[in-house]
Amino acid sequence: MSCWETFTDYALRSIGIGAKLLPKADFTLCQQFTLIGSGLIWNVYFGAMALLFGFFLANALALARIAHSPWVRKPAEWFVFVFRGSPLFIQFFLAYEMLVMLPRTGIEIFGMTLTSSWLTKAWAGALIVLFLNTAAYSAEIFYGALRSIPKGDLEAAEAYGITGWNKFRRIQWPTMLRLAWPSYTNEAIFLFQSTTLVFFSGFPALSQRGDALYYANYFADKTFNPFIPYPIVAMYFVLLTLGVIWLFGRLNRHLNRHLPQNIRSRIRLRPQLIR
Amino acid sequence: MFAACADPKAIEGLTWATCYLTSGKHLDFYGSFITVLLLLAITAPVAMALGFGGAMAARSQITPLRWFGKAYSAMVRGVPDIVYFLFFVIALDQGIEYLNFLRVCPDTSLPVFRGMEFHVCPEAKVPLSTAAPFVFQAYNFGIAVITFAIVFGAFVANVIYGAMQAVPRAQLETAEAYGMSQGQVFRRVLVPQMWTYALPGLTNLWMILIKATPLLFLLSVKDIVYYARELGGTKTQAYDYPHPDWRLYYFLGLLVFYLLMTKLSEIVLSRIANRLSKGQATAAGEAMRKATI
Amino acid sequence: MKKLLLATTLLALTAGFAAADVVRLATEGAYPPFNFIDDKGEVAGFEREFGDEICKRAALECTWTTNEWDSIIPNLQSGNYDVIIAGMSITDERSKVITFSDNYYPPAASAYLAAAADADVKTGVVSAQVGTIQAAYVAESGATLLEFPTPDETVAAVRNGEAAAVFADKDYLRPFADESNGALMFVGEDVAIGGGVGLGMRQSDTELKGKMDTAIKAMKADGSLNALIEKYFGAEGLKF
Repeated sequence: MSCWETFTDYALRSIGIGAKLLPKADFTLCQQFTLIGSGLIWNVYFGAMALLFGFFLANALALARIAHSPWVRKPAEWFVFVFRGSPLFIQFFLAYEMLVMLPRTGIEIFGMTLTSSWLTKAWAGALIVLFLNTAAYSAEIFYGALRSIPKGDLEAAEAYGITGWNKFRRIQWPTMLRLAWPSYTNEAIFLFQSTTLVFFSGFPALSQRGDALYYANYFADKTFNPFIPYPIVAMYFVLLTLGVIWLFGRLNRHLNRHLPQNIRSRIRLRPQLIR
Repeated sequence: MFAACADPKAIEGLTWATCYLTSGKHLDFYGSFITVLLLLAITAPVAMALGFGGAMAARSQITPLRWFGKAYSAMVRGVPDIVYFLFFVIALDQGIEYLNFLRVCPDTSLPVFRGMEFHVCPEAKVPLSTAAPFVFQAYNFGIAVITFAIVFGAFVANVIYGAMQAVPRAQLETAEAYGMSQGQVFRRVLVPQMWTYALPGLTNLWMILIKATPLLFLLSVKDIVYYARELGGTKTQAYDYPHPDWRLYYFLGLLVFYLLMTKLSEIVLSRIANRLSKGQATAAGEAMRKATI
Repeated sequence: MKKLLLATTLLALTAGFAAADVVRLATEGAYPPFNFIDDKGEVAGFEREFGDEICKRAALECTWTTNEWDSIIPNLQSGNYDVIIAGMSITDERSKVITFSDNYYPPAASAYLAAAADADVKTGVVSAQVGTIQAAYVAESGATLLEFPTPDETVAAVRNGEAAAVFADKDYLRPFADESNGALMFVGEDVAIGGGVGLGMRQSDTELKGKMDTAIKAMKADGSLNALIEKYFGAEGLKF
């Protein structure tokens, strides 16, 4: 079996396209690279979707945290505390245990039946957990950034007669994003790495469709040699991390496009590690 | 533990609960909380030392050392910690035994790797196969500390490197103007001044470290998650205390433990942050100065 | 440097013990009645008693340790212990990298346990523990495989309706069926897979394998192994 055939059989195996069964013999490097790479699709899916949805919730939470009314502020504070204060590992477990308790037949609301069985599948259930988790971490980052907006900027805006929603939309929010961006990049890197936990704890793999770590585990289990598959996962993740850094670097340049060329700071990932 | 617990199947109600919660395995469970706290207490300073070394290497004038320092933190940062935990421990264990093999084995000419098997003479085993179970546990614990420290040392190296860059250049130049040597500037100005910039990053790392401990069971250390799973699972009549699936309650207990740890850490660390900000030329330091006037 | 330091400290701790003939036995500790951690926190079950007995017969000093199922073979090859005694079925795959003793439990039936008598085990969702021969079997059977890291979760999946049935060693499932008050039942036909349960050892440890085989043969011959199986698996346990 040539490597190309292996590729066509297994490159999309993690989403159910291609060979029905996983390889049972040889376990060549080609098989390991292809299948583990195939699993990476799930890591990217979980990471990208959670970041996308999490971004909006994080903005809302950050605003809620600076609100004056305790009715708005307190729930947001508690949400952030619970999701930042407990390990993702345990969040996955608890979420799964709670989701399987939902009635199998669906929930009756106003005469409509909402099915709930899809929630226990990894693609939905784990995504919800990752979404809430990253929203909490990002909210904390955005909250910190909102509080460190230079006072002068806001005073200048008011002097120009920019107030209320306009002030927020045109001054506060863009400045917050600029300040938060390096930490937010770190959060994105961590989030992608956390996606390896999905099939490792809590959520079961259906029809042997799993993420990169799931397939690495499969090969380690079949070849009894952990020293090949796990370093392959490591290599894929280094590439993924570089990709995330590149993408966020591009966005960072976009956010700071108004600054003169020479002070446009290159993205600094180091000091403000928030997580 | 108690005399009433001699026949667990005959008792019920409160007595049953008392006996159940004081069974040998539960005592091990409570002990595992100490294991986790101990691991945190030992790993944190070791990771700090490694991170400090990594940051120094990354700032070094010597090119290979600088590359090493930068590669170390970049490599470890790019890869999920769980992946390291899955293969690094066996490699580390073999590395230790190999060094020992060169030191104590009578015949070091034999190949160490035979096929997929790893062989050293019985004297070179760490710990020796005759050692007490406690020694094995201590050894696994030590390996876990080293693994955690290497992974988190890379993050610490990043934070400290950034903090050293953040110390205002003027402060260092002032020190040089007073005639301090490079070493003196480093020791007397750069390192003491760096902490206030490093603290937010280090605080976050501490929080991450706390939350990475559920992965300890991968490193053959019986931690709280191992016991929560083990105790919570359905127990058939083969056990003294049969019960249905109670994992949910055990994990809720762990959730509370982690939330408490986080809260406690937040309180302590914010005090340290206040202490460090005193008199610093930062926004926080400025705010404190204004508050006292 | 640090590694070396640690190694020497630990060596100093253990110095004074001669490297005698101590055989380290490793088990998973989560697969009753084969092996489990009892309420005192010690390894117990059929394999505990059996392992102690063969060590006595082979005049070996044995100590017990537990290891995650996932890494139980790599750690054997790395020399962290000498014998795997964890309900491990003898398969061709495993025989390529480790050597097995004679089986001490006959080729056992695997069975489907379901929450309803009409559960569809041919095309429905069937749960199994990841990395077991049962998981491989389900994947090939045409059913939808749902994999969990621990055996306990596979049964829980049937209870909460995530899976139509669980596929595992019948001996492991039987207590769950017996104690469920009729909520769980065996469905479909039993399937014989694997070549019985044996001790796993390094391929280079031929001397140890010889000793173990002799002891197992003796236990089979005088009926003590059958008595032990009867004790832990009941009348339905397979005998030699």
